[in-house]
Amino acid sequence: MAKTGRRLAALVTFLVALAGCGGSGNTPVTATDVGVTSSTILLGNTIAQSGPAAAYGTIAYAEAAYFNYINSQGGVNGRTITFKILDDGYNPANTVPLTKQLVEQDQVFAMFSGLGTQTQTSVQAYLNAKKVPQLFVATGATTFSKDYSTNTWTLGWQPAYQGESRIYAADVIKNHPTAKIGVLYQNDDYGADYLKGLTDGLGSNASMIIDKQSYDVTAANVTSQLVHLKASGADTIFLFSTPGFTIPALVTITKLGWTPSQIYLNSVSAPQVYMGIAAKAGAALQNVTSVSYLKDPTDPQWASDAGMQLYKTVIAKCPTCNVNDSFNIYGVAVAYTMVDVLKQAGSNMTRANVINIAANQLNESNPFLLPGVSLKTSSTDHFPITQEQVITWSANAWHLQGSLIDERGTLK
Amino acid sequence: MLNRLRQAPPRYWLVLVVAVFFVGLPSVATNFQTFEWAEVLIYAIAIMGLNILVGYNGQISLGHGAFMALGAYTTAILVHRYHIDYLATIPAAGLLTGAVGFLFGIPALRLSALYLALATFALAVVTPSLIKRPVSITKGTEGIVLLPPVPPFGLQITSEVWLYFLTLGIATVLFWLAWNLVRHRPGRALRAIRDGDVAAAASGVNVAGYKTLAFGISAFYAGIAGSLYGVATSYVSPDTFPVSLSILLLVGSVVGGLGSIPGPLLGGIAAFFLPILSQQWVPAQTWIPAQIASAVEKAGPAVSYGALLILIMIFAPNGGVGLIRTGYGILQSRLRAAGDRGTGQAPPDAQTV
Repeated sequence: MAKTGRRLAALVTFLVALAGCGGSGNTPVTATDVGVTSSTILLGNTIAQSGPAAAYGTIAYAEAAYFNYINSQGGVNGRTITFKILDDGYNPANTVPLTKQLVEQDQVFAMFSGLGTQTQTSVQAYLNAKKVPQLFVATGATTFSKDYSTNTWTLGWQPAYQGESRIYAADVIKNHPTAKIGVLYQNDDYGADYLKGLTDGLGSNASMIIDKQSYDVTAANVTSQLVHLKASGADTIFLFSTPGFTIPALVTITKLGWTPSQIYLNSVSAPQVYMGIAAKAGAALQNVTSVSYLKDPTDPQWASDAGMQLYKTVIAKCPTCNVNDSFNIYGVAVAYTMVDVLKQAGSNMTRANVINIAANQLNESNPFLLPGVSLKTSSTDHFPITQEQVITWSANAWHLQGSLIDERGTLK
Repeated sequence: MLNRLRQAPPRYWLVLVVAVFFVGLPSVATNFQTFEWAEVLIYAIAIMGLNILVGYNGQISLGHGAFMALGAYTTAILVHRYHIDYLATIPAAGLLTGAVGFLFGIPALRLSALYLALATFALAVVTPSLIKRPVSITKGTEGIVLLPPVPPFGLQITSEVWLYFLTLGIATVLFWLAWNLVRHRPGRALRAIRDGDVAAAASGVNVAGYKTLAFGISAFYAGIAGSLYGVATSYVSPDTFPVSLSILLLVGSVVGGLGSIPGPLLGGIAAFFLPILSQQWVPAQTWIPAQIASAVEKAGPAVSYGALLILIMIFAPNGGVGLIRTGYGILQSRLRAAGDRGTGQAPPDAQTV
């Protein structure tokens, strides 16, 4: 019998321990809204720090570095920002439980700068149902800002892909009206978004596109597509691809002995580091054009710029961040907007007020963006950034051309 | 009656404890924790399928994520396009995936271990691309958004708690079926093939039949798990089913313990919580030296995940179930020795400790 007693005792101990585990982590927060105390604001983030898109992971560290900088300056209206970053490996199946964890267990005030189109789509319905702001998602997919009327808790930040390619269209019509355009695009929503923007932007001139070739993200290379484009007689090439394909595409164009009069790269592929890799691999990089809205940390013309100096001060505190990586200035710039919104919310620190300011009342000039770029939202326009400037590559650096092109109002 | 209870093998007590744990969990856990455990059970179902194939039949599969994808997309498409109730789509997803798995088992007959691993791995690799192709059916990379499951009969519980009990019910049935399968004639045949297919054939076992059957049953489990996975995350997209999912399932089955019935449950717990622990718990530990912690942070959570796996494989080479069996054996001999010391006699009933 003694043994039965011992077994029962063990069972009871186990169940008591179990009940103890279950009950924790559920303390309510007494403040203006969930995630805000008198001295802190808790923001959550999911991003890829492992897996195929791990290169983006540094964005969250740059954002954290900027929040730390703001905290060291006294925080936002006396509150410091706590920023919790979780790695979803670019997989929506991970984003869902991690976002639920941040919202329900960690009780964040808002989700900030979550990365990826599929990953953020997977939690959009959930966050909107819970009325948790899904602010400034780190993707240019047009749908996030476009569908504001149905998802009033979600907002994008960076220029939408369609808006970006409308800027290319405007540049082509203005400067190269006789161009014969060949397009290489990734066979998914990302490539399709770019292609739609270009076609819409060209409007009645859409017949300038004489050939379109697509590739799958799992493809080994894009050589056959480029051979096809060359044979079509195109003299202006658009590469709506991710960096992993843009770099070999640039090399292949050179190897084919082909010198198109214009090569347009999307802004995703344009960071200096990728151009450096392409040049090393043998790409000629002639007549290469892209657009930008961020200040390039490697561009000497910003060396004495106040915004760039602030960026360098902030990023010096982030041991894992490469100061020349333009993902980092992206992170600092979007964190700047977040802090700006929180400052404007002032004493009315509620989720509803914060999303309202971000989606309807934003009017900011951000020191990390090109001079003249302003972030604006209104009750009828929820695309924060719509201005970009054409840049061309020469002498191992990007050079700004002309002035800012604004596509505000064309995307609705 | 009391005597019968006293003589019940200890594993019956363990089953009781586990049952109490799972039934009682939602009443003490938060909504979010309940959701986490629902995902654990979903992984456990998929790993049970893999366990029947790998653990009991000795055929390796690195492609069960693809079967989960098929199950999830079956449910998503039926619900989204044809407005069929999601509950009805779960068995449909299982049966369709089981049929596909059975067909896949036929060419797999010609492949020995290493080549079968490669073939199934290839299946896992092409799955995200295959999903993207018929855009009109799968909605391509956009993915399909589903509504969270609504509790039936007007039950006053949250969607997460309902999902949990739904998953628990299905998991219980599937585990019971697996337990019956492996204890009877087909189970003996599967194990005989694993241990020596020539000997099994010589004893009159239909080797080809049972091997394809194992693939079919295994895929059926994966299809059910995939269907629940889609319902749980309320969203399916190609990126939901990367190659790493298939590897995660295999890792889970090994960590839990191959060729055992409780193993997949432990495997499900490991598959779900190990990545989370390695990401969130390890960096928060102050006793880990700062240099190691910063190196881990720089390299990402995969490093601590790998380190945890290595530790588990060193200290529990036969998985969680093996560890428990060893531990129980040690405990039993200790207790017996204690009885000897106390009375100078062997304990009266050595089997029932």
